[in-house]
Amino acid sequence: MAETTTHVAEPTRRDFLYIATGAAAAVGGATLVWPFVQSLAPDAATVAAGAPVEVDLTPIAEGQIVKVFWRGRLIFIRHRTPDEVKSAGDVNVASLRDPQSDAERVKDGKAQWLVVYGNCTHLGCVPLGQQGEYKGWFCPCHGSVFDTSGRVRGGPAPTNLPIPSYTFVSDTKIIIGQEEATA
Amino acid sequence: MSQHPTTYVPQSAFGKWFESRLPIAGLVHSSFIAFPVPRNLTYFWTFGAILVFMLVSQIVTGVFLAMYYTPNADLAFQSVEHIMRDVNYGWLLRYLHANGASMFFIAVYLHIFRNFYYGSYKAPREVLYILGVIIFILMMSTAFMGYVLPWGQMSFWGATVITNLFSAIPLVGETIVSFLWGGYAVGNPTLNRFFSLHYLLPFMTLGVVILHIWALHVPGQNNPTGIPIKSGKDAVPFTPYATIKDIFAVVVFMIFFAWWVFYIPNYLGHADNYIPANPAVTPAHIVPEWYFLPFYAILRAIPDKLGGVIAMFSAIIIWVFMPWLDTSKVRSTAYRPLYKQFFWVFVAVCVLLGWLGSKPAEGYYTLAAQICTVYYFAHFLIVLPVLGFVERPLPLPNSILESVMGVQKGGAGIPAGANAEPQSKG
Amino acid sequence: MMKRTLLIAAALLGLSAPAFAAGETPVPPQLKWSFQGPFGTFDRAQLQRGFKVYREVCASCHGLSYIAFRNLSQPGGPEFSEAQVRALAAEYKIQDGPNDAGDMFERPGRAADRFPSPFPNENAAAAANGGKAPPDLSLMAKARTYERGFPWFITDVFRQYSENGADYLVALLNGYHEPPQGFQVPAGGHYNEYYPGHVIAMPKPLSDGQVEYPKNEAGQPQVPETVDQYARDVTAFLTWTAEPHLEARKRLGFQVILFLLVLAGLLYFTKKKIWARVGGEVEGHATPPMTHNP
Repeated sequence: MAETTTHVAEPTRRDFLYIATGAAAAVGGATLVWPFVQSLAPDAATVAAGAPVEVDLTPIAEGQIVKVFWRGRLIFIRHRTPDEVKSAGDVNVASLRDPQSDAERVKDGKAQWLVVYGNCTHLGCVPLGQQGEYKGWFCPCHGSVFDTSGRVRGGPAPTNLPIPSYTFVSDTKIIIGQEEATA
Repeated sequence: MSQHPTTYVPQSAFGKWFESRLPIAGLVHSSFIAFPVPRNLTYFWTFGAILVFMLVSQIVTGVFLAMYYTPNADLAFQSVEHIMRDVNYGWLLRYLHANGASMFFIAVYLHIFRNFYYGSYKAPREVLYILGVIIFILMMSTAFMGYVLPWGQMSFWGATVITNLFSAIPLVGETIVSFLWGGYAVGNPTLNRFFSLHYLLPFMTLGVVILHIWALHVPGQNNPTGIPIKSGKDAVPFTPYATIKDIFAVVVFMIFFAWWVFYIPNYLGHADNYIPANPAVTPAHIVPEWYFLPFYAILRAIPDKLGGVIAMFSAIIIWVFMPWLDTSKVRSTAYRPLYKQFFWVFVAVCVLLGWLGSKPAEGYYTLAAQICTVYYFAHFLIVLPVLGFVERPLPLPNSILESVMGVQKGGAGIPAGANAEPQSKG
Repeated sequence: MMKRTLLIAAALLGLSAPAFAAGETPVPPQLKWSFQGPFGTFDRAQLQRGFKVYREVCASCHGLSYIAFRNLSQPGGPEFSEAQVRALAAEYKIQDGPNDAGDMFERPGRAADRFPSPFPNENAAAAANGGKAPPDLSLMAKARTYERGFPWFITDVFRQYSENGADYLVALLNGYHEPPQGFQVPAGGHYNEYYPGHVIAMPKPLSDGQVEYPKNEAGQPQVPETVDQYARDVTAFLTWTAEPHLEARKRLGFQVILFLLVLAGLLYFTKKKIWARVGGEVEGHATPPMTHNP
């Protein structure tokens, strides 16, 4: 009788032990991966260094594009001419690949200032200013065309040049990396 | 690894198709599953697995550290501090890597002395053993260059002292040293090449480890009796028996490892290495890492520059000749009552040399180091050859099984046929 | 150093070769630290006081170049609030640039900036301090130690003694005395009991009542404003600057070891179970009966 009992009990107990050990080892192995993967993320210094940058707009002449960097990323600040503002506004938004009006892409009352990330949304090359069919930007790598509002108008790029967060602290000064304090 | 007739038969159609083109599953099966292992191996035989674990651990942590480390004399120290302070879990990666080196050496020394004790270096395992010596030399080179990388005071002066050893070589010494440095002193080019080699050598080590394991699978493992497997009853299949034992030992070793990493991570390092390298100031005591100390003591024991360097390198090279210097017909020291005493004296001398290596080279310390150095070489050149002729070994058991019957836990005999054949269940 | 040797060697030689290397430098007393042991954590108030001492006393000569202002608010440190850190950083002038005109300029510090060094470069630091540049303090608590003799270097492993640097620093800061009779202190040097060789370039930095500490309700300082207390506080602060992740390290270590112990236990029984299939584990060798002569 006793023998029968052990024979019945044996596999269950053994299986439980094997499963528990295997599970513990699997959990341990998976946890071990965590610090290694985490170490690949931006480190504390990089995160902290992404402090907002201040840009003085006074030296930027009409029609000029300046390049600034924030968090290691390129940003275009374009002082648009009235013609460029007008051509950016005179567009049937519905016909665009990434429909967005020009007004959505600039700050109220500051339509002459366009601030966009400076990397093509296709594969990250830097488009050339004042070139292409719409005299906005033209990307030399794969021929994407952007208008004077930084919206994609042709070529392989899927979306418009994105707008970084920025705010006007005065008429001639912006802070990139900081949303408007009032919300 | 292909000497053992493989019992592996692929089940699936894809398995058959693949196996006929690349018989790797059969290789793994014959080497790590069906491979017969002496049933009486002690935990001293788990250090092979522990060493594989340590090598992998060092390579993985090292690859991640290299993503942040900068091999430039002006930036190296700073980049290590950046890893310690700002990189996510960077402190963990670095402490694992730095203490991992010491754990690696603890394991390798136990592995080496187990081999010395049980005569694993003797025929037919000479090539296996010499490959092991090569691995050890690669490990030492890698560890030395790794310690230079943080570019602290000990890094810099350790590199200066060790590279200057080569200047002892007559005629070409100075030239060799300037080639090692890539300049007229240890500097940025030295750091750069050390980083390059520190990254390369572990992969070369890995290659030699594969040869080492291959060479192990030809004669099979030695065991505490030193007598070969004579029948199936002497052995168990590698998997699951040796596998589970190895895994258990690795986890226990990890607990030991964790103690250092998490609680006393700087114990095995030098305080001076938290001072950035300064070519104008030498630390009061230049001491290598603990695992180099016995060899460092031998170096300093000889009052002549060239002589010291030769003695130090000979202290390792002499290991290569051990299979032929040892004239005893009996492998295991368990059956060599006289040699057993000499073995422990030798161990004590090695430990003593390690301690002397950490002491200033003056007065009685030097004298003690000289006596130990003479004994160290005498062990290989006199004790090993002579003892084989004068010693009367104890009678050997007829088989492993017969030997272990007497010490089996619980006193019960081996059930007949319990392990006559490798079990299919597993 | 003696600590990296093994038990037997030291035992053998420790008995036969008595202290002929013992210098005249006394051994720093071992203090009680909140951060010692497997569950050690920093005392926030102490770190904040220590930072005050650093700022008001040490910072005029010693840099803290691996520490950023933001570190002061991160978990496991003095844990100042982020607003406090921003305000503190703004009190410092940080050199930045070049600007569009190509000039370097000074601006108020930000949380991401590191502590500016008191001297523009090492030569300037040396020139202003009698030829010897005051060392950076970021790593001081790990960059200094003292010799542990046998058998303490072995017991240190088990009791996790790793506060040697901290103990030394406190002893050093308390170690300024009149030189003993007949001891010649060279010009520009200062006698210190615990400094190797006893002649240190740094003049006695701390004196009682020098730094004002936070007051309790009764208007008394929460801790005594003495040299010894200053020394302990600034040392605790410097231990944190040297090892900012100490708390996280010890916490994770406990979890890891606990997990590994459970896993090792499970593996042990699994191993027993597996070996039971072949009649249990057998190890080693036995000396066989004498009848089996080879």
